[in-house]
Amino acid sequence: MRKHILSILVQNQPGVLAHIAGMFAARGYNIDSLVVGRTEDPDLSHMVIVSIGDDATLEQVRKQLGKIVPVVKVRDLSEQTCVERDLLLIRVHCPPDKRIELRQLAEVFRGNIVDFGPRTVVIQLTGPEEKIEAFVELCRPYGIKQLSRTGVIAMSRDTQPVEAAPLPHKPKGRRRAGAAMVAASMPSDDGPPLPPS
Amino acid sequence: MANKPLPAGSAPSADSLKTQMPARKVVKKTGAGILHDILVEEGVEVIFGYGGGAIMPTFDQFYKSPVRFILTRHEQGAGHMADGYSRATGKVGTAIVTSGPGATNLTTALATAYMDSIPMVAISGQVATAAIGNDAFQEADVVGVTRPVTKHNVLVKDVRDLPRTIREAYFIARTGRPGPVLVDLPKDVQVAALDIEDDGELNLPGYRPRSKGNMRQIRLAAEAINAAERPVLYVGGGVILAEAAEELRQLARQGNIPVTTTLLGMGAIDELSDEKLALHMLGMHGSAYANYAVQGCDLLIAVGARFDDRVTGKLETFAPQARIIHIDVDPSSIAKSVEVDIPVVGDAREVLLEMIPLIRYSERAAWFEQISRWKQRYPFTYQQKDDAIKPQYVIEQLSRLTEGQAIIATGVGQHQMWAAQFYRWRFPRQMITSGGLGTMGYGLPAAIGAAIGCPNRPVIDIDGDGSFLMTANELATAAQYNIPIKVVILNNHFQGMVRQWQELFFEKRYTATEMVNPNFARLAEAYGCKGLELRDPKDVPGVLEEMLNTPGPVVVDAHVAREENVYPMVAVGKSLHEMEMGGLS
Repeated sequence: MRKHILSILVQNQPGVLAHIAGMFAARGYNIDSLVVGRTEDPDLSHMVIVSIGDDATLEQVRKQLGKIVPVVKVRDLSEQTCVERDLLLIRVHCPPDKRIELRQLAEVFRGNIVDFGPRTVVIQLTGPEEKIEAFVELCRPYGIKQLSRTGVIAMSRDTQPVEAAPLPHKPKGRRRAGAAMVAASMPSDDGPPLPPS
Repeated sequence: MANKPLPAGSAPSADSLKTQMPARKVVKKTGAGILHDILVEEGVEVIFGYGGGAIMPTFDQFYKSPVRFILTRHEQGAGHMADGYSRATGKVGTAIVTSGPGATNLTTALATAYMDSIPMVAISGQVATAAIGNDAFQEADVVGVTRPVTKHNVLVKDVRDLPRTIREAYFIARTGRPGPVLVDLPKDVQVAALDIEDDGELNLPGYRPRSKGNMRQIRLAAEAINAAERPVLYVGGGVILAEAAEELRQLARQGNIPVTTTLLGMGAIDELSDEKLALHMLGMHGSAYANYAVQGCDLLIAVGARFDDRVTGKLETFAPQARIIHIDVDPSSIAKSVEVDIPVVGDAREVLLEMIPLIRYSERAAWFEQISRWKQRYPFTYQQKDDAIKPQYVIEQLSRLTEGQAIIATGVGQHQMWAAQFYRWRFPRQMITSGGLGTMGYGLPAAIGAAIGCPNRPVIDIDGDGSFLMTANELATAAQYNIPIKVVILNNHFQGMVRQWQELFFEKRYTATEMVNPNFARLAEAYGCKGLELRDPKDVPGVLEEMLNTPGPVVVDAHVAREENVYPMVAVGKSLHEMEMGGLS
């Protein structure tokens, strides 16, 4: 089980989002986050779905996405190096005596304070999910009042390190076993016994 | 007009308007008109449908039309007829229904076609675009309802998108892994005038079905076949859909490879002329020799099949000694449930054509000797009785009387399995049956669709009493258009397959499976069809012959042994070789 970032280019048509989300639900695949937005081409939208699962399941997800007619292109960005960004808005409990402390904390994470209230502060932060999660953990002791995240958008890097090249296609599926057991229980009284596997 | 004022009170004449129109090519057609004309262009010869408010402008186009219109008695019937027509002919079937309940009634038929990859196009009326979302009369979110059971579906909101959308629907339905496509057509789009010449282009940047197989994979597969000592070809409906039966037969003969077919693959090989190679059906109710061969083979060559759970039994012990080659047009079918050693993505016919020249003949004497022992020891069989008609006997007699030349439709259940087991399948598109979804009530309407598509072949619906009664109203359709289908109801007054499971797994607690049926022969007569009854085993050949020789639609109510079971049977969760034989071997 690991995190997969699927980059999906779709025709900008009504119902595409419902179609994709419905396919995930119908086949029992999980969606960790889903972001959809415009691209440079008004006819196309870009969707980024983060899904947690084993490689075989994610291969099925990718193939099933490919079958949806308005889906133009599907890539699993976690097979290569990529830039991923999540945007966080977090409102933290902040009495005046904590303002300096929280400002320093935000600075360390290159976050910005985007709103001050008498007893709260709103911090905006971008970065990969791990960084966002680390920051949220650090805010927790102060008291999180509200939290909102966009979910991950991602893009592959232009140059890929050699070892990160996608692996040659290796088919997966449920592993079969028990050859000897099956051979032993086959009827062999009326023919040459089957050679053991 | 603004700079050329007209005398007060006078309307502009047609001529004065014409001269002021821009000089582009104007096509004076409504949405419904353009739909009709594209259907004609696409080669649609027959439409199955049922009208209603939101589809009336489209229906009006068929008042005088080269396209034959078959009025069904239920939208599900229309869908199954389009599906049966498609399975029998290979052409895309077409159904037209109204909005709301018309479209939701069609859903079962779409799901049936989707599970079995049957190309059809359904057009549903929809309330006017302005009313969509307002809970208007007979409004339903049909695109939402049918999305999981269609290959593609689309709501047309602008008449300018209509010609392209209809062309795309037919293109998507018949290419790649085929399937049903639904076009939802609001009433105002049907009446809107189209003033732009359509350029005939499609806009499907993401739709690229693969037809040619990868040559390297094909060579690998051929090498594995040539090296195999105990290969088995496992052939599914994909071979029928790809029109690849001839190539499949060539491959089997040239490589001397035994062939087992799935329910949807029946007829891919001629079980009589290629008797030595034929292992018949495999799986839950497949032949013992097919199941043993799969479990004992060292190479399983799957062509156009998808390793359905009714075929594989327990996955962990499926074909445990075999390497697996999987040829399929749909990449998502490959490695979905079973690990595959040599995948080949491509159209079955194109891949087999490339593969055949690479295949060498091999005697495989020990393998065929083993198979023929299995065949002798465990044939499909049943115990004949004098005092009750055995359903298997009726099918054997039908097979004999029609010399395996009839198109056979079925419902779903015991009779369907017996038909697969005891009819001898000889040609592709011969068996018209709901495999994946298992839709009871499929047989009668599908037979009507098949008979309309193939008027020169006898078409027989082998049905069960439960299945038949789900769509029996379509006898009115058969009578109205005098469609010469023959229906043989293997009537055991039970929902038989469920009763069999109750007997085997629920200690004979027959909850809600016993049926008090109408007199089917008299019901048929009331619909205007010929009705016959069969109660004595001695009368079986005679009555069946009378049925076959009677013109027009005929229904035979065959009262069969009530608690007959289908064997062999692989219980759910068991391996393919762990078959119950029912004391028959």
